[in-house]
Amino acid sequence: MSQRHEQLQATWSDPPGIWGFLTTVNPRRIAARYVLTAIALLILSGLLALDMRVQLSQPQMHRMTAQLYNESFALHGSTMLFLVSVPVMEAMAMWLVPLMLGQRTMAFPRLNAFSYWLYLGGVMMLWVPHTLGVTPDLGWFEYPPLSGPSYSPGHRADIWAQMITFTEVAALAVSVNVAVTILKMRPPGMTLAKMPAFLWAMLVSAVMTIIALPAVMLVTSMLIADRLVSTHFFSPAGGGDVLLFQHLFWFFGHPEVYIIFLPGVGFVSAIVETFSRRRLFGHVPVVLSMLAIAILAFGLWVHHMFAVGLPKVGNALYTAASMAIALPAGIQIFCFIATIALGKPSYRTPLLWIIAFILTFVIGGLSGIMTASAPLDLQLTDTYFVVAHLHYVLIGGAMFPLFGAFTYWYPKATGRLMSDGWGIVSCALIVGGFNIAFFPMHILGLMGMPRRIYTYGPEMGWGDLNLVATGGTVIASVGASIFVANALISYWRGKRSGADPWSGSTLEWATRSPPSNYAFADVPVVQSAAPMWDNPLGPFPVMRGLSSRCREALVTSLVDANPQCRQPSPGPSIWPLVAALVTSALFVGSIYTPWALVWGAVPLALVLTAWFWPTRPRRKEAQA
Amino acid sequence: MTDRPVYVQGDLSSLPESKDGPASLAWWGNAGFMLIEGTAFLLAGGSYLYLMMAGPDWPPKGFAPPQLVWGIVFTIGLLLSEIPNRWLIKKASARDERAVRIGIIIMTLAAFLLFIPRALEFTALGLRWDEHAYGSVLWMLMILHTVHLITDWGDTLVLALWLHTHEVGDRQFADVEDNANYWRFVELSWLPLYALIYWAPRLA
Repeated sequence: MSQRHEQLQATWSDPPGIWGFLTTVNPRRIAARYVLTAIALLILSGLLALDMRVQLSQPQMHRMTAQLYNESFALHGSTMLFLVSVPVMEAMAMWLVPLMLGQRTMAFPRLNAFSYWLYLGGVMMLWVPHTLGVTPDLGWFEYPPLSGPSYSPGHRADIWAQMITFTEVAALAVSVNVAVTILKMRPPGMTLAKMPAFLWAMLVSAVMTIIALPAVMLVTSMLIADRLVSTHFFSPAGGGDVLLFQHLFWFFGHPEVYIIFLPGVGFVSAIVETFSRRRLFGHVPVVLSMLAIAILAFGLWVHHMFAVGLPKVGNALYTAASMAIALPAGIQIFCFIATIALGKPSYRTPLLWIIAFILTFVIGGLSGIMTASAPLDLQLTDTYFVVAHLHYVLIGGAMFPLFGAFTYWYPKATGRLMSDGWGIVSCALIVGGFNIAFFPMHILGLMGMPRRIYTYGPEMGWGDLNLVATGGTVIASVGASIFVANALISYWRGKRSGADPWSGSTLEWATRSPPSNYAFADVPVVQSAAPMWDNPLGPFPVMRGLSSRCREALVTSLVDANPQCRQPSPGPSIWPLVAALVTSALFVGSIYTPWALVWGAVPLALVLTAWFWPTRPRRKEAQA
Repeated sequence: MTDRPVYVQGDLSSLPESKDGPASLAWWGNAGFMLIEGTAFLLAGGSYLYLMMAGPDWPPKGFAPPQLVWGIVFTIGLLLSEIPNRWLIKKASARDERAVRIGIIIMTLAAFLLFIPRALEFTALGLRWDEHAYGSVLWMLMILHTVHLITDWGDTLVLALWLHTHEVGDRQFADVEDNANYWRFVELSWLPLYALIYWAPRLA
């Protein structure tokens, strides 16, 4: 290895052992932790789902009590929405964005570390009390008055509300980081027009997160205030309004769907391009559709509230807006299909996941158009039709692309390929099992089966379809087990991949697999949105001049990505972990006493001061 | 880069180590957090209007609107603080170390002095947070803004301590500018809140 490589390795390495584990600011190391934590929670949520499906497989089942069932779906939904879907997408962005930009790190490396520790705090906020027998039991959106002080004594609702604060602060920190990194750290030549669709997806999703998440933090803080200090935001007797909760919650909740879906679109764009062996068809329409979705997504929230009795004009407007968003989503799907149709597709496992995405997401989109119609929604709301729809959209629209992304970038992260044969088997079982599990739920919903019931009588006639659904869940679970086993075994025994096993189009394939601590010795210069394909046989254009001896990051201009400065980048630090611990104490304390906010702020201020205290020489006059 | 040969097309070593304003990462980070907090202010203001329109009377019967005097004193004081703030930004971009050290002390004191009318504003709201949803949302707006006031004062104080004990480099001048820009955010975000808190109940 060259002296330069060794110098760069030393500059960008973490301290050894546990101290390095606690102080690292390497975005890939932190993102890997995020992904592994989210996958562990995905498995736990899946087990909860399997348990619930067994309970519903036949009428008159009493193996679960109503309370346990309530806790199970509340824990499943809250975990999946707040602790898996958003964080795992943020983590994928944290792992991939700097590599796709040819950068050694991100704009604010310590913010990533703070974000992970706080996310872990959110995970513990929900799951540690669960192991102690205190579990939220009102679903993933805990509407007042049911979640208010009168109907939910104890701390179940507080735990749910404060878990959200943890995870949303964590998500906001990553979003600001991702957005600034993409806007200000693109490699020379990567103008906004030449930015890969994946990066656009991550940028749009990050900006949407920044605008949407304050709503849920605000509304859950208001709920905690109602419960802790007797404010009346949601108590009609005190002049409050329960629907205010729903408005604020869904102002966040609907964009959240697209915050999860758009990174999926990013994965699909990258995978479709590489495996179709041609540049993405309709790069500009795909990007414009992302922007259109981002804008429309903030005008749709009322379609979650058609049944609460809003004025008819409002319902009509939101019906129209909800149907309108199918247009940009449809444009994207057509562009993906056109890319495959016009290219020379290689049907490896990642592309199979994308085909599964297209088929499943289209079905979810169609049932979405049905529920977007206010009169039909009045019949379907709170039935299994909605359960089917939301799983088709979220699993089909986000999880299948995520599984595809996992198989696509696995060799980059580990240096080894997952087995293609077992990949196809697991994909077939998961996709097949998913459809067997969830398609019958459309019919069950139309038959009138309400969601969130722990059992039903034989006279309802729902038993057969529920048994089919449970069978599908078992099949999907077998597929998921094979997927996990494939990933684990391939980590040690998989075929070595080299740097670029798929002949990928974007810059992450230009570096080693797995990437070294510094990722890129030189700054790549790009000419198009598929820079690896520009001159595949010729030498790669680069710039030099970033230091090997200290951590530096290249900052470029907003639109044209012209180099502007070599900004020093902070190294490992314990302060993000300490700050997260102090913040966690403040959050946990504040569900017991409002004074935790006051007294918790003092150590937090001290820690943040220590974190941001610049290390420069003392002033000469002061020393004298 | 791995196996592919490279050719060096340019040299970045002559680039500066930091730049001010939108060319710096910190400026964008600051803007990102202002967007987050601005959205929270907007939604909190929206909640105020929602409850105002949902209720039959605003303020509800039996309660008077907040007294005007301390709100006016605070608002005028906050707007006047923009004079030294603007001067500080100018001196920071001119890299005038001495003036920046003076300016940061002035801003620390200015923000601290504003705590006095702010504290008195709380006493003049006319009701507690637990008496009515009107009081709840009023206190929420006041607390949200006061938290920002205290946060930026704390940040300014730490910056002042640092600037008076260390050698000042380009990045610290940029920090002063970012902090001053954040103060502008605290100023500007107050104006619509002021209108809601003091004038919406009078005009409703």
